[in-house]
Parts: sequence; structure tokens; C-alpha cells
Amino acid sequence: MTITLQLNGDAREVDAEPGTPLLWVIRDELKLTGTKFGCGVASCGACTVHLDGDPVRSCQTMIEDVGEAQVTTIEGLDSKAAAALQQAWVELDVPQCGYCQSGQIMSAVGLLTVNQNPTAEEIDDHMYGNACRCATYQRIRAGVQRAAEIMEG
Amino acid sequence: MNTQITRRGFLAGSAAGATAFLLVGVGANGATAAGPAEAKALNPFVKIGSDGTVTAIVKHFEKGQGPATGLPTLIAEELGVRMDQIRYEFAPSNPELYANLAFGKFQGTGGSTAMANSFMQYRTAGAAAREMLLMAAAKDWSVDASKLSIEDGLIKGPGKSASIGEFVIAASALEAPTAPKLKDPADFKLIGNSKVRRLDSEIKSNGTAMYAMDLHLPNQMIAVIKRPPRKDGLAMSFDDSSSNSVKGFIRAAILPNKAGVAVYAENTWAAFRAREELEVEWDMSKAENRSSEQIKSEIMSALEAKPTYNVLKNEPGPMEKAEKTVEKTFYFPLLAHAPMEPLNCSIEATEDGGILLHDGCQFPTGPHSALAQIFNLPFEKVQIKTMLAGGSFGRRATPTADYQVEAALAFILTDRSRPVKLVWSREDDLTGGYYRPAFGHKVKVGLDSKGDIIAWEHRIAGQSIMKGTPFESFSVHDGVDHSSVEGVSDTPYRIPGQSVGLTDTPKATSLLWWRSVGHTHTAYVMEVMMDLAAKTAGKDPLAFRLAYLKGDKNQDRMAGVLKLAAEKGNWGKAAEGRSQGLAVHKSFGSYVAEVVEVSGNAEDGVKIEKVTCAVDCGIAVNPDIIKAQMEGGIGYGIGHVMRDQITLADGEVEQFNFPDYEPLRINDIGAIDVHIISSAEAPTGVGEPGTPPAAPALANAISAASNDLHIASLPMSENGVSFS
Ligand code: FES
Ligand code: FES
Repeated sequence: MTITLQLNGDAREVDAEPGTPLLWVIRDELKLTGTKFGCGVASCGACTVHLDGDPVRSCQTMIEDVGEAQVTTIEGLDSKAAAALQQAWVELDVPQCGYCQSGQIMSAVGLLTVNQNPTAEEIDDHMYGNACRCATYQRIRAGVQRAAEIMEG
Repeated sequence: MNTQITRRGFLAGSAAGATAFLLVGVGANGATAAGPAEAKALNPFVKIGSDGTVTAIVKHFEKGQGPATGLPTLIAEELGVRMDQIRYEFAPSNPELYANLAFGKFQGTGGSTAMANSFMQYRTAGAAAREMLLMAAAKDWSVDASKLSIEDGLIKGPGKSASIGEFVIAASALEAPTAPKLKDPADFKLIGNSKVRRLDSEIKSNGTAMYAMDLHLPNQMIAVIKRPPRKDGLAMSFDDSSSNSVKGFIRAAILPNKAGVAVYAENTWAAFRAREELEVEWDMSKAENRSSEQIKSEIMSALEAKPTYNVLKNEPGPMEKAEKTVEKTFYFPLLAHAPMEPLNCSIEATEDGGILLHDGCQFPTGPHSALAQIFNLPFEKVQIKTMLAGGSFGRRATPTADYQVEAALAFILTDRSRPVKLVWSREDDLTGGYYRPAFGHKVKVGLDSKGDIIAWEHRIAGQSIMKGTPFESFSVHDGVDHSSVEGVSDTPYRIPGQSVGLTDTPKATSLLWWRSVGHTHTAYVMEVMMDLAAKTAGKDPLAFRLAYLKGDKNQDRMAGVLKLAAEKGNWGKAAEGRSQGLAVHKSFGSYVAEVVEVSGNAEDGVKIEKVTCAVDCGIAVNPDIIKAQMEGGIGYGIGHVMRDQITLADGEVEQFNFPDYEPLRINDIGAIDVHIISSAEAPTGVGEPGTPPAAPALANAISAASNDLHIASLPMSENGVSFS
């Protein structure tokens, strides 16, 4: 069936069967590969995108449930928090293999949008669902705090 | 021309036909070679364009450990360019040109050897390029080359300066210097500079980094494999009538080796769905049918019998003279690697009748040979494009080239008009994979009346990783697979009366090295036993260890990291309500000590508050990458011992996805503080050595917090420890 998605500010028409996870529409149909496949069962966070600004796991978001919501992927990020996080990630060399990091950034943007000065504990609580097999957690924590600093200016 | 990912996503070298290049390489014998084009005998490590672009050609793949920054650092240092003036490409697959010097004529990454085997090669290439450019400029400017230098990519001489690009054409006509002069380490600007940043952080933070999983070849098909529920089952027939109702399903076919059924589809989701609908009849007569309990009891009974091999070929120490003895039997379960990017690769036919593999390829020579054989092609008709890899921890380097062979077999069943991208799901990864073998150790330590060790009887039983693989001759000597005993038989501790027995047990399912190989279990046993022996002797664990680290440089370096970690980690002065544990281990030529500080206890819940680490890996080329590798290695070691294991029930793997094989999470572990010993020794590994001491340091901390509960079977969560 044909579905119109509001993706990164544009209306995009896609052909997908009901029950198809948003993840695979984004990656295979729209060829936006910054959003990653890690587990498919909402347990790693590699596939995190925003629906109307809120981080969700796109591997467990069915295409027919997206509706009119604005979908934002790592490619479509355009906010002060996103720019600060990406700057901090490069400054602190957060990524190792990097495969989880799109998802980490998407989740962290969600956090900094609602809490501009999170404590280490608040970061842990919010980022818990984003696994990093390379265990870059210490730098993720530092990166979020550094981004908060950058945002303060 | 190779088109590879670079920092800015360029297609290197292909933009302007007018760009000329200077290419400089260094052979396995140390001889330099240079020229204007990619001549057969030349293995360029650096390519300098007449437009001034400098590209390091990296012979190791990048799975996060940093060679795509480390090797360019060596070139940039010797050549005289800044890090923002150099980019990287991955080398093509060619074992003649890009062998890992630690592996013989074999191209590959592993054993934490990337920096160690490249250090002189890449520096020499950079230095040779510098000398050639200077010679060309000297001639043009009619000055002595000794008056010239290269800084920030500019050739500077008395009253003159020019971009290195201007002299690329002239330099490429010169002979490469046979022994280019390397920089004095005192003059290093980039090597050892903790401000040097990774070249791949930006693309990995904005979603533009391209992993093999992200490749969309025009007109590609996705293939997933329905594998037997137990290892080594064979596909006899299948029924795809339900799969046919999945839109996008193309067809299914039994792989030529019957190891599974390939399901082809237009997209990944359709492939997964169609596979779910596929009914397969399996021949399970040769399939793995053991359970974890059986594997464990095989190992445990082997520990009770006389070992097959007396590894040190010596008499055991005088246990009968001991005043006190302490004894412990350990068990380590199967573990999966679970790199974040599930395994995948793409295969396509090339116009000249060859085959092109796109892969986050760890051991190019393995799949290269396998593909040449499968497609019956001469070696040079197979090409491999190495892409970024989303982690490996050993999994992408199999002696059988398992997943690349699967892709090739799936491709050979087609008419080859469409590229095939093979994709594994996480379930495929955990259930159909290769595992760290299970191992058991039994150790008895005898102490005299002064509490000094007089006998250390150590038995190891488990499944050899290397026997029966092409790597056997590297690792197996007189029947002993060194990878089963490394870290025990060659410990830097000078242990009086140490004897080591080894018994191989039958292989259970498919085995593979896992980040730090044998050290994953040997470090744990050595360091938990050291603590136990110290406690039995009534001595401080730090002082007790140091007593056996007297001798030459090997002992001094191990003692050095131990003292530094103890000092920085406030050993003996744990904060109120906290307990500490200590461990030290040498692996891959590097020495690492760690102090873990926990709060709580095994019964009420342990929290890992802080880890302090000291590492001696020789010259620290990229200090911040070394720190990152220690942080990651510690997390990897600790995450698995906390709660992960792969278990088999009548041969079937019982873990399917992350909820059953729970990764370390951000809230599991507090701050990690890494200190690097400054050293002039040749650089050694960093990707693996952080892992081995992490688990025993945690175990020793938990023991200190929990009435001497020495955890001898893993994972901890299944053996009396709760975490909060
Ligand atoms: S792929 Fe969606 S949470 Fe793992
Ligand atoms: S950086 Fe490799 S999984 Fe996070």
C-alpha cells in the first residue's frame, strides 16, 4: 500500500505492506542508512528516530501507526541540541565502531530537548536502552554533559 | 582506483583525471618502493596527489579500535602534515602487498597487532615520501635538501615555500631512498599527542559513515539464510508456499552445502518475513545434540584426570611440603561476540568476469581464497572492498570465512545478474554463530610457613580454538594449543613450583577467538587465585603479587602498571561503604592493571562505582585511542562476566536476542580512569589487553565485599551475585 510519511520535513510517498517496521522503510525504501538495525526487538536503540520530536525505536514502530507524525532521522536533525551533541561527540571522540552512535545521538537529543542540564544519573536513566557493544558509555555520558555546556554557550 | 570512504566522503583520486600521484610503500623485508602509479610490486601506504591531498592506505580494517586514525598518524608524523591534511582509504585485498607482518603472507587484523606490525612500515613510508619530495624541491630550487623541511604540508626552504603537491610529479620519478631517516622520537608532534582526534568521529556522529550493512548496490537482492535449529543439521527439502504470500519474496533455494536454505527477497523485511514462513525439513543425524551440562561435565571430568600435556615440561612443585594450601575449580561458559552491526556482506559479478565482495572484512585473505575457489576464478579476479565494520570482537575473522562463504553460495545459486546482499539478524548472530569455547581450570596453590608460594598446580581443560584450522601451525606446538594456556604458562609472575597441565576436550558447536582469546579465562583464574593465595597467606594482595614480579624488564613492566593502578585507584583506601579488587595481566605484549571499586555486596546487589586502569603498551601512538580501548575493553570484559552466557539444550542455543544476552548498559558501570605508562618500547596491542584483568578485578572486589565469596563459575549473576 502507498503511505505518505512526513520525513525530515518532506512528504515522502512509500510503498510498504502494513506491519512493516518504520526502520526498514527508512533504510531499504528511502535509503537513509544513518538509522541502524541492531536487534529488531526494541532492545538496543540503534534504530532510534524521533516521532514528533520524541525518540522511538523504529524497529518496533509499524509503518501504519506513524500517521501524520513528523519523523526525524539522524540525517534530518536540525536543532541546537543536535549540533551541540555532534560537536561534543567529535571533541571527545565518543564513537569506536560507531554503529550505535546514530541511535545514541537521537536519544541524547531527546534528553537535552527536555532537560538542558542533566546529571550523570539522569543521563544513565534516559540512555539505558541504547546499547553500545564497544562500551563507549563513559564518553557518551561526558558527551551529553559537554553538549549541555556548549548549548549554554 | 579504489573508491573508499574517507573522512569527507570523497571518492579519493577519481575526481580529476589530471591529478598525478606519488605512491610510496614498504615491503615486508623493509625495502621501500615508490612510483607514479600503482605498479604491481608497489604496496602504497601513502598516496600524495599533485593537488596536495595525502591519503594513507590502511591495510587494517576499522572496527572501532582506531587503525584508520593510527596508521595515518604515523604517515603524517614522518611526512610533515597535520592530521586534518590526511585522510584514509582501506587497502585492497592483496596478501603480497598488505600482509600483516605478524601473520606471514596473510592480510588481516587481529591479535591486537595492527599498530605493532605497522609502526615501522608506515613511518618508513612517510619518511621516504618526505625525502623524495625534498629531493625534488632541492633540485628545482638548487639548494641542498638538508636545508629543506616539510611542515603542515608545505615544503620550506631558505626564502621559499611550496605545497608538497607541486613536487609530486618530480618526486615520483625518483628512486625511493633505501633507508629514509626516521624522526627522533623527541621530535614527535603527533605520535604520543593526546590531542590528536580520530579521523572517523564526525561521520560516525552524523549518520554518514557507511558500513557494509548500509550498502545498496543497484538492483540488489537481499538473502537471508534459514539455518538448522542445531549446528550441522542439513537442509533436505523445503516448502515455500506460505513465503509466496510475502510481497517482495523472490525465491528460496537450498545452499549447495545444505547448511541452510537461502531466502531471496527484494528488501530486508520481506526476506525476514518470508524466512519465517518457510518450512524446512532437516536431516539432524549429524547435528550438535549436546547440552551445556554435558559440555561442562566433559570439561570437569577432564580436570580430574591426568592432563594430556605437561605444558611446561617440568616436575610439579613440592605440594606435600606446603603448610597451607588453597584450591579452586573454575568454569567458563560459551560466549557470543554480538558485534553491534549484525554480520552481512554483498557480492556482485564484475564486468571482467570476476567477483567483487563488499565487506567489513577483517581477514581479507581468507574470504579472498575461499571465493576464488567457490567461483573457480584465479586469485586476482576476486576483489574485496573493505568497508567500516560495526564491531567484531573476533567474530568477523573466522578461519572458515563463514559468512562470506554463505554469501558466495547464495550468489552462485543465482544467474549472477543481480548483486546479493547477505544479512544476518541478531537471532542469527546469537543462535547460529561461533562462540568463545567453554573452559575449566583447577588450581591448587601451596604456601610455606612464611606464606610464600612453593607449588602452583594448574590444570586447564577445554576446546582448542586453533587445532584443525589454518592457524594451527602458528599456535600449536607439541600438541599444546598456546591459545588454551596463554596467560598461565607464560605469565610474567615468577611462580615457584608452577606446573601447567592441559587436556583438550571435544569440540562443542563452532568455536572462535573472542576479544583477548585464551586470556578471557586465564587472566581470571590467575588473578582470582593470586588473591586467594594472598588471603590464605594473610598478606595484602598488592604486596603479595609484587613479590613475584622481581626479575627483568618483563616483571618490572608488570609491576609498573600494578603500582600505578594501585596509586591512582587509591588501593587500600576505598571510600566508606566500598570495596576494592585488583588484577594485572599481560596480553598481546601489553601490561594492564585495574582496580575495581564497588559498593554493596553479592547478596544485596553490587554496584560498579569506578575502575582505575594503568596500561603499558610501549610507545603510546594515539594516547586517547588507547584510553578509549581500555575503557571499551573493560566494559566488554565486565559486561559478559556479569550476566552473559550461551547455553545449549540438546544442541539448541537458548539465547536469541539481546533480552537473553543482555549487553552491558550505561548504568551498569561508573567512571573509568585510564593512565598510560610513558615508554620508549615498541608499541604493542591495545584492542584486547584491557579486557582480561577487568573480570578478575571485579571478582576480587566482590569477594572483598561479600565475605570472601570467590566466584569460580560464570556468569556471576547465575552464581550468587546480584547487581544493582
Ligand atoms: S534495532 Fe531497534 S532497538 Fe535494536
Ligand atoms: S561504538 Fe560500537 S557499538 Fe557503540
